[in-house]
Amino acid sequence: MQHLLEVNDLEVKFGLRFGDLTAINGISFSLDKSERMGLVGESGAGKSVTGFAIINLISKPGFISGGRVMFNGRDLTALSDEAMRDIRGNHISMIFQDPMMTLNPVLTIGTQMVETLLAHRSITRTEAKSIALEKLKKVQIPSPEKRLAQYPHEFSGGMRQRIVIAIALLTDPEIVIADEPTTALDVVSQVTEKIAVMYAGKIVESGPTDQVVNDPKHPYTQGLIKALPGSLQPGAKLNQIPGMMPTLTDIPPGCAFNPRCPLSDTICRQQEPPFIIINGATRRVACHMAKPDPSNGTT
Amino acid sequence: MIKTWQRFKASYLLFSFKQDKTAIFSFVVLLALLVTGLLAPVFSPYDPYDPANIDIMNSELPPAWMEEGEKAFMLGTDIQGRDLLSTMIYGLRLSILIGCGAVILQGVLGVVVGLLAGYLGGKIDAVLMRVADIQLSFPYLMVAIFISAIFQVAFGIGQYEDLAVPLLIVIIGLSEWPVYARTVRASVMGEKNKEYVEAARVIGLNRWRIMFRHVLPNTMTSVLVISTIQVANAIMSEAALSFLGLGMPVTKPSLGSLIRSGFEYIFSGSWWITLFPGVFLVLLVMVINLLGDWLRDVLNPKLYKG
Repeated sequence: MQHLLEVNDLEVKFGLRFGDLTAINGISFSLDKSERMGLVGESGAGKSVTGFAIINLISKPGFISGGRVMFNGRDLTALSDEAMRDIRGNHISMIFQDPMMTLNPVLTIGTQMVETLLAHRSITRTEAKSIALEKLKKVQIPSPEKRLAQYPHEFSGGMRQRIVIAIALLTDPEIVIADEPTTALDVVSQVTEKIAVMYAGKIVESGPTDQVVNDPKHPYTQGLIKALPGSLQPGAKLNQIPGMMPTLTDIPPGCAFNPRCPLSDTICRQQEPPFIIINGATRRVACHMAKPDPSNGTT
Repeated sequence: MIKTWQRFKASYLLFSFKQDKTAIFSFVVLLALLVTGLLAPVFSPYDPYDPANIDIMNSELPPAWMEEGEKAFMLGTDIQGRDLLSTMIYGLRLSILIGCGAVILQGVLGVVVGLLAGYLGGKIDAVLMRVADIQLSFPYLMVAIFISAIFQVAFGIGQYEDLAVPLLIVIIGLSEWPVYARTVRASVMGEKNKEYVEAARVIGLNRWRIMFRHVLPNTMTSVLVISTIQVANAIMSEAALSFLGLGMPVTKPSLGSLIRSGFEYIFSGSWWITLFPGVFLVLLVMVINLLGDWLRDVLNPKLYKG
């Protein structure tokens, strides 16, 4: 079966004076229609870069150095600028982290919404306006007719966030990429069906959300889950993963997580763990210490 | 329309304008000068361009309140016997016209160049900004002397009179556009890394649209502020060129050429031909600069006055 979005061995590098830095190191995942997937990991793991790489908008000096992003059977990394602009905002849209910053302060909300529609559809201004109105209603902005003529500074933060979402939904995109809609892992585990854990530019574990959260196989994922405050007695000290993620300039040999890993062994320092399948086709992990579950159970 | 007016009435701009006596004074004076200048045929007692009104016997008459003055010529007459007040009002019109025209030209040129250089960056930026540097390294007087000399040879003095206004607009406009280009480039470079630009790219807008519709309006504050200063500068430049005999001809004098024509007779006692146009010029440039200062303070909230 063909997936809606299929990322294969995607690699993103940043060309710097002293050489190329690999920000995304061969990640693969797929997404089906109406499926929600969460990409989690510490800051700097490459989550945002992955998002931008999907719509081929890595800003210089970054570039996609390998792999493919297949969307509806088309490779987005090979599309022309013109064709790519038609995909962006039309078939794949993106919601940014900070709603305060993503709206242009000198244009009215209406102008910005209508403009987005006119860039992708051959419709009249009036038609665009009525679609904009409809979407504003959908995100529950009161008296949307009046609101269309207002500037971003006339809205509260929460409203702006909803407007940003309305803009992302204007063209009924097949995929919406949300860049850090929440920083809370427990929220991610509630709203997504699939989860992929990133560490230093690689996916280290992926699978159905409930399986990954309830039975993490990778020590990094285990650390993340343990760090959740929910599992603790009130007043207890929060757990954290010791150390910090290596900068891209000095990723340790072998498994990138080994200096922080409680299970680290000789093999971890020498060999990069393969991304192996455990527990059926959907559950994968990249760890020397993780063994395929013989029982092959779901939880 | 009504909404815009209400928005303006409630705006901080108007509020701070009402608070600032200097701004109100400058604005009133500027408005008076603009109206007088632009409606010169209505306000001036004579048409100084009409030879029928000129009598050589009336030349160098002092202002009306002086002993030899005549009531008909309030501020006296110039060396050709033209009513000084009328000539000044017509000259004011020319000065305003050339000043604004030159600023529009330099503004359009400079804003487009600055926007392209700042947003596109790289080689385009390097080339455009070096062109701007080269332009700035030519003194505008030299450029003006070149152009008007070539023009006068090519078309003759007679034609020069008719084409002096557009010619001056082009000379002053071309010599000062790098000021805009640099300012706009600097603020575009600050704007282009903001998230709304990234968001516009994510939406799938093309770069021209992003540049002119999203980034440009956000740089308009600085453009507005330097525009006021540039209008004053352009008027001064025109006056300087005319004073040197490179600007408006004596038959169609601007304030600068009037000052110059009077300057030759200042030692024979005809001080008024130089003084009054000079006062007019100073007043005009001063109120524009004062308004510009006020605007800069208002539009730059980081700069609070104690």
